[in-house]
Formats: sequence, structure tokens, C-alpha cells
Amino acid sequence: MKTNDVILQTATKVVSLVIVLFSIRLFFSGHYYAGGGFVGGLMTSAAIVLIMVAYDMKTVRAMLPINYRILIGVGLLTAVSTGLIAVFQGDPFLTHYYGYFDLPILGKTSLHTAALFDLGVYLVVVGVTMTIIQSIGESE
Amino acid sequence: MNNMVIFPILLPFISGILLLFFRNLKVQKTFSVLSLSASTLLALYLIADVYTNGIRTLDVSNWAAPFGITIVADMLSSILVLTTNIIALCVVIYSFNSIGKEREKFYYYPVFQMLLIGVNGAFLTGDIFNLFVFFEVMLMSSYVLLVLGGTKIQLRETIKYILVNVISSALFVIAVAYLYSVVGTLNMAHLSERIAEIGQPGIITVIAVLFLIVFGLKGAVFPLFFWLPGSYYAAPAPVLALFGALLTKVGVYSITRTYTLMFYHDTDYTHTLLSWIAIATIIIGVIGAIAYWDIKKIVIYNIIIAVGVIVYGVSLFNEAGTNGAVLYLVHDMIIKAALFLLIGIMAKIAGTSDLRKMSGLIKEFPVVGWTFFVAAISLAGIPPLSGFAGKLLIVQGSIEAGDYFGTFIILGSSLIVLYSIMKVFINGFWGVPMKIENKQTKTVNMLLVPAMVLVAISLAFGLGLEKLLPYFSQATETLMNPDLYIDAVLKE
Repeated sequence: MKTNDVILQTATKVVSLVIVLFSIRLFFSGHYYAGGGFVGGLMTSAAIVLIMVAYDMKTVRAMLPINYRILIGVGLLTAVSTGLIAVFQGDPFLTHYYGYFDLPILGKTSLHTAALFDLGVYLVVVGVTMTIIQSIGESE
Repeated sequence: MNNMVIFPILLPFISGILLLFFRNLKVQKTFSVLSLSASTLLALYLIADVYTNGIRTLDVSNWAAPFGITIVADMLSSILVLTTNIIALCVVIYSFNSIGKEREKFYYYPVFQMLLIGVNGAFLTGDIFNLFVFFEVMLMSSYVLLVLGGTKIQLRETIKYILVNVISSALFVIAVAYLYSVVGTLNMAHLSERIAEIGQPGIITVIAVLFLIVFGLKGAVFPLFFWLPGSYYAAPAPVLALFGALLTKVGVYSITRTYTLMFYHDTDYTHTLLSWIAIATIIIGVIGAIAYWDIKKIVIYNIIIAVGVIVYGVSLFNEAGTNGAVLYLVHDMIIKAALFLLIGIMAKIAGTSDLRKMSGLIKEFPVVGWTFFVAAISLAGIPPLSGFAGKLLIVQGSIEAGDYFGTFIILGSSLIVLYSIMKVFINGFWGVPMKIENKQTKTVNMLLVPAMVLVAISLAFGLGLEKLLPYFSQATETLMNPDLYIDAVLKE
């Protein structure tokens, strides 16, 4: 008998978007409130896992054609490069810089290189989680 | 501000990441060799720098000493980083012809680099929790290297290895938590200063013993060595060489660092305990080394003996003993790597690691035989070679301390080390030549080059000791005077 999961799939379409938005919020609020790259990355992978449960691996791969192992590398590279900026500036490794900028729509915003480091963490967490789930899911 | 200090950690990190992208094996091999050569040169520069300018530190993120993480390169760390990089370079070249395509395709070279981050980082860090993190980096890479290939014996032994190390890591966290709750800092120099202020009350001694248990589990000292023979036996030859030369020595280094920098106020208890444990370790290692007829097992038990000897030198806590321990540590890292590479070659030629099934290899492979002979007598500590000076100083230290029993055990153990390794030489290389199926002379020659380089370095280390001694005395000086370390880090 073919199972009918229309309700699950329809709900997923709405809920996964909410989860992704929440994970992005968590990621950006990390500096001033609870949150950050780690929990943001976990939340994003939770959204992807939900889609995997509701549909299947193939759909997800067609939707997000990402090689998650490469994503780990990209994340690590982002984090290291953030540290290396300081080396080229002549400061100790991983020194961070920040400033306040007037952006067109957002207005006065504080930008900090620690966010780039966090982006690296975020990518590594998504990459690692998805690699684990994908390789366990696909092994026979 | 001196970013050079952190580059021995950053170089393998960056090259490890880049190797994730470039999966072509030729690129991976070339890149690994280039990166390791660069780290070796960097380590040489670091030694020269530390020799002229004293201890070099880097406050990562530009946070001043006790508040941020400090990377500290004193002479001991610099020497160990250089040794690590030389060994890693030789082992990676050895891997080209021995590890096999199957493993190479599954991230062997990136993980190899990750292991080096852990080892170099553990040697260079000046923060106790950061030390834990680098331990984990090292251990996780070692789990992968141990299980990579997925044969039955590897799977079984990796389970044991992971189990033991997860438990010891948890103990490490608990020990750090205790220490933090008592003294309220994690920076090693600051820790040392504060422990000196409160004069090491009972609770600090308890924590010192807890650290001894943690590092003893990593470094395989007497009651905590049980996991090592089985786990190391499962690894393929180059991985075994890397483990045998580096991993246990990081544990030994950590014991040395904590017991000379922080917990040195109640030596009656802690250092006496250390010396008894060291003696028991030597005895256990000696028993294992003569008991087995398997070449891998014999050398594996020789690791345990060497760990015992080094820890004994540290436990003496006098100039000669510590100097001897440092010399012996460096000698032992090099010679163990060389021996594991050589027995890897022997096992490849004979197709077995059982000593009773091989004989007369010297007929077909004389160079392998004589290289092994030089490595063997160097291990035992025959005078012009590298193992001699370290052991001599340890013996001198133990006589100065009036511990004649320890002296006797150290000297007796040398005899049995010589016996165990000569047993390999006599039974394996002499006698009636065995029938060797598919003689791979070319592969053997390729494998022999890195092993010979290591033996040559060990020879040079023994013969040119006069030139190297000032560097080693500087390393000992820092260990014996924690104030030098504290002043360099806290910049008082």
C-alpha cells in the first residue's frame, strides 16, 4: 500500500521555512543575545532533516545540490581566514575588528569580524551534521 | 607579538583544509611534503629565535596573558615541534609506498595533517584547557587513522582505544574543573603562580595525582598502559610509527610540564609516586619486550619502557635527571619512528610479523639489516649513539638523588632492551635465508629511504651532541626554574 503523507509534506513546506528563518535569527543574534553559529547551524540542519523525513534524500539533493563535505572545508577555511586577517594586519592571530556603519536600509549597524568566524562555525556544523545523517541514511 | 609562534599549528591546519578540496592523490602527496618541509624549517627558525631571544609568547586575539589563550614556545616545546615535524615528514614519505590507494582516497593525508595540529598544539599551548582541546584534536585524528581501512582487527581495537580515551578525556575535564574551582584560572603560568601563593595544600596534590592519571592514560604508564599493546598492534606500519613516536610522548610531555611548572611544592608525595610508577612501567615493559615473538609487539613494549625511563628522569626533579629526560625524549621519538618503519619493511618482506617464521633476510636485503642494527644499538644506548647521553644523565641524576634501586632498574632495563631488539635482529636477519615470495626490491628501497633518514638523524644526534647540548640545557633551565616561564608569559 502506498502511504499518503500529504499532510506531512504540506506542513513541511511551511514549517521548514520558519525553522530556517529562526536559525538565521539565532545566528545573527549571537553577539548580544543567546545564540550563535553552533545552535544556528544545528537548527538549519534540523530544517533540512525535516525535509528529508517528509520527502526523501533524492528530493533534498535536487533541492540543495551541496556536497556537505566540501561545506565543512569551506567553513573551516572561513574561520581560519578570519584569523589570518589579523596576521596580515600585523596583529596577533585571531584579533577581531569592529566598527559602526550606516547601511542603506538597516541604518546604524555594528559589524564585527567575529561574525565571519561564526559563519565558519555555522557552515562546519551544517556540513558535519548533514554528512553524518546522509552517510548513515544511505549506508545499506 | 610574534605570529611565528603559532604557525607550526596553523600550517598543518591550512594544508589539512586545502587537502579536503584537492582530492587528486598526486596533489595531496606533493602538498603534504611541501607543508611539512615548511613546518620543519619554521621549527628550526623557532629554535634559533628562542635560543637568542628567550621564551617567545603570543597572546592570541590580542588579549593579555591570563585572560586570553597564550601560545608559548620555550626551548623544550620548540625542540619537540621540530622533532615532530621531521618524523611526520619521514612517515608521510613512507606512506606513499605503503598505505595503499584505498586508504589514501579516504582522507588519509588531511587527517594526517589534523593529527599534527593536535600534537604541535599540545606542545605549544600555555593554557590547560587549550591543552585539552589539542589533545582531543590529536585523539580524534588518531581514531580515524586507526580505523581507516576497516579490517576486523582495526574495528575491534579502535572500539577499545576510543573507549579508554573518552574516559580519560572526561577525567581530564573533571581535573581541569577541580583545578579551576580551587585556583580560578586556566593559564598555566598564572596557575603556577597561584599554586605557589597558596603553597600546594592537600586538594592541589589530589588534583596533581588526578592529572597524573589522565596523562598516564594517554602516555601509557604502569597501571594505565593496558590499552596500548592491542590498539597499536592493529595500526598499519606508518600509522603505527606516527602513534609510537608522537602520541604517548605528548602524554609524557604533559606530565613533565605540569609536574615541573605547577605541582612542584609537595615533591615528597607527588614525585615519589611518579618515580615508583615509572619503575613499575619499566618493569612491565621489560617483561612484555622479552615475552613476545612478534616484532610489532616487541617494539610496542619498548615504547612502554621508554615512557618509564623518561618519566623516571622527570620524577628525579634535579638538573641532571631532567636534562636526561629531555634528551631521552627526543632521542626516543626519533628512534621509535625509525624502528617502526623498519619493522614495517621487515613484515612486508617476510609477509608476517612472527619472528619464528622469518630468517636470513640479510642475504637479500643487507641495507635493511644493517640500518636496523644501527637503530637497535642506538635504542639500547651504546656510547657514541643517541640513546647514551640521555640515559647517562638520568643515571647520574638518580645517583645524585640517592635512588640506587632506580639506577639499577634503568641500567638493567637497557640490557633487556638490547636483548629484545637483538632477538629481532638475530632471528630475523641471520640464519638460513627464508623463501621470499614476490620479492619487491624496488618498493623496499623506496620505503627504506625515510627510515634511513631517521636513523641518520639519530646518528647525527648522538655524534653531534656537543653542539646540541646548549639548546637542551636551555630547555632544562626553563623546566627547573618555573619563574622564567611565568615571567615570559605574564610579562612582569
